[in-house]
Amino acid sequence: MKILVCISHVPDTTSKINFTDNDTKFDANGVQFVINPYDEFSLTRAMWFKEKQGATVTVVNVGEASTEPTLRKALAIGADDAIRVNVNPTDGFLVAKELATIVKNGGYDVVLAGKESADYNGQMVPGMLASLVDFNFVNGCVGMEVDGTAVSATREIDGGEEKVSTSLPIVIAGQKGIVEEKDLRIPNMRGIMMARKKPLNVVESSGVTASTATQSFEKPAPKGAVKLVDNVDDLINLLHNEAKVI
Amino acid sequence: MSVLVFADSSEGKFKKTAFEVVSYGKKVAEELGTNLVALTINGGDASELYAFGAEKVLEVKNDLSTFNAKAYASIINQAAEAQSANVVVIDSSVDGLYVAPMVAVAMNAGYASNVVALPSSTAPFTVKRKAFSNKAFSNTIVSTDKKVIGVAKNSYGAHENAVAGSAETFSANVPEMGVTSESVDKATGVITIADADIVVSAGRGLKGPENWGMVEELASVLGAATACSKPVSDLGWRPHSEHVGQTGKPVASNLYIAIGISGAIQHLAGINASKVKVVINTDPEAPFFKAADYGIVGDAFEFVPQLVEKLKAFKQA
Ligand SMILES: Cc1cc2nc3c(=O)[nH]c(=O)nc-3n(C[C@H](O)[C@H](O)[C@H](O)COP(=O)(O)OP(=O)(O)OC[C@H]3O[C@@H](n4cnc5c(N)ncnc54)[C@H](O)[C@@H]3O)c2cc1C
Repeated sequence: MKILVCISHVPDTTSKINFTDNDTKFDANGVQFVINPYDEFSLTRAMWFKEKQGATVTVVNVGEASTEPTLRKALAIGADDAIRVNVNPTDGFLVAKELATIVKNGGYDVVLAGKESADYNGQMVPGMLASLVDFNFVNGCVGMEVDGTAVSATREIDGGEEKVSTSLPIVIAGQKGIVEEKDLRIPNMRGIMMARKKPLNVVESSGVTASTATQSFEKPAPKGAVKLVDNVDDLINLLHNEAKVI
Repeated sequence: MSVLVFADSSEGKFKKTAFEVVSYGKKVAEELGTNLVALTINGGDASELYAFGAEKVLEVKNDLSTFNAKAYASIINQAAEAQSANVVVIDSSVDGLYVAPMVAVAMNAGYASNVVALPSSTAPFTVKRKAFSNKAFSNTIVSTDKKVIGVAKNSYGAHENAVAGSAETFSANVPEMGVTSESVDKATGVITIADADIVVSAGRGLKGPENWGMVEELASVLGAATACSKPVSDLGWRPHSEHVGQTGKPVASNLYIAIGISGAIQHLAGINASKVKVVINTDPEAPFFKAADYGIVGDAFEFVPQLVEKLKAFKQA
C-alpha cells in the first residue's frame, strides 16, 4: 500500500497572530511552526498502517523552503520520504491542484490529510483533491480500516457518527479519533538522525493559478472588559435585557 | 445568471443553517441584480424557504436515504448549470463542509469557506473569512468567474424576507457514489452542539463526572447543549463528542456558559465565534475572564444550582 500524507505547516496554537505590510502579510516573526495538529493524527494513522499492514509513507507539503523543518519532523516520526512542491500556498484550490499532480504521478492508494489546517482553516483541500483525482473521499474521519481494497471508515456527523464502506483509492480527511491523542509520536533521537538521510524531493509548480487571494487581514475588534456580577439575579437580568440571549 | 443556494435538510426537515444561507443568498442576489434559487434534496416544505427570500425552489426527490457527498455535489452542480448560477452558497453544517469543495471542483469555481459577512464588494467579489482559528479574519477576493461561498454558522443569521415563491421538481442524475452509508449512530432527544443556540460547558473545575447533574439541569432549563473542556473528555468524565476547542468541536452559539474552565487559548479557539460568553470560575485570574462578556468570580457548586433555580422561575414568569 502506498500512502501519501499531506502536511500543512502552521503556527503553533499558542502563537500571537500579527500582520505586516499594512495588514496584507502574516508576520512570521517569532512564530513557532508545527505540523498541523489534524495532519499529525493522520500521519500517526499512516505509521500504524506502515507497521501493522506494510505500507510506504510519503509526506508532502506545498510550500516554500521554510517549511522543510516541518517535513523533516514528519520524516523523524517515521515517514519514508518527503516531497515539497515549491509554491507559496496562497489558496486552497491551488494547493489541491498541486497535490493532484503529485497523487496522479505517484500511484498512491491512500491519501491522508487533516480535516482542516490551523492557519486558514479552509476545510477545502482534501475534498477538492479527491474530486480532482476522482478518489473516494471521507471527511471528518474518526476511524478507518483497510482490508485489501475495501475500506471501512467512521466519520463524525452532527450529534453522532456514521459508519461507511468504500474502496481504494481514497482520500481521508482525519481528525482526533482516527488515532488517540496518546498515540501521537514525538520524534526521538534515532528518528531525527535517520530523517537527515531520508530523501526530501523538491518539485516545481505545475503552473496552476490561484482562484482566491487575500486582500488584507483583520483582527477582531478588541473586546470590552468583562462585566462582573456577584449574584445570579444580576446575571439573568443582563443576559435577558442587555445581551438579549435568554 | 442567478445565485443558487443549497438548503440542507435532515430527515425531511430543513436545518437551521438552511434559513441562514437562503437569507444570505437573497442579499447577494439583490446585490448582483439577479434572482435567488434554492435547491433542496428530499428537503422540507418549500414555503419555509420563501419566507427567507427564495423565489424559486428546485426540489430534488430521490431515494437517497442519507447524505452522500459525491451525489449531492453532482446534483448541486447540475442545478447550478441548469440555472446558470455564478454564485453557489452552501452552509457550514458537517454535510455542507463535506460537499462544498467537491462542488467547487465540479464548477471550477473559487471557494471561500468560513465566510462571516456579506461581500464587501461584488467586483471584485470580496468576502470576509475566519482565519487562524478565529484569531483573525482574511478579506478574500474570489477571482474566478464562478464562486462557491461557504457561510460560517450563526455569522449572518436568518432574516425573514418573504417573497412569493414557487417550487418545481428538478430531476438530476445521481452518479455512482463510491462511499456507502452502513449505519448512523446518533444521540436522539439531545440538542447537539452544532444545532444549539446556547451551550453550557464545564471543565476540570467540576472535580468529577458525578457533579455534572447540575450542568445538565442548567442546560435543560435553557434548552442548551452540554459541552466540556478537553481534559474532561480525556479523563472520560464526558463523551468525546462534547469536547470543545481547537482539537475538538467548534461552537458558534449565541450564548456560551463556561463553568470551571480556565480559558486556555486552545479552548478559546473553539468558542471565539460564540456571541455572548459567560464565565463562572473561582479564580479571578483565570484567562477566561479576559474573553468573557459576563462573569461571576465564584464557586460553581454554589452558583450553578442557584442559577438553575432562578432561571426556572424566570422561565415561568
Ligand atoms: C495542542 C493542544 C490542543 C488543545 N486543544 C484543546 C481543546 O480543543 N479544548 C480544550 O478545552 N483544551 C485544549 N487543550 C488544553 C488546554 O490547554 C487546557 O489544558 C484545557 O482547556 C484546560 O481545561 P480546564 O479549563 O477544564 O481545566 P483546568 O486548566 O484545570 O482549569 C479548571 C478551572 O476551573 C476553575 N475552578 C476550580 N474549581 C472551581 C469551582 N469549584 N468553581 C468554579 N471554578 C472552579 C479553576 O480556577 C480553573 O480555572 C489543548 C492543549 C494543547 C497543547
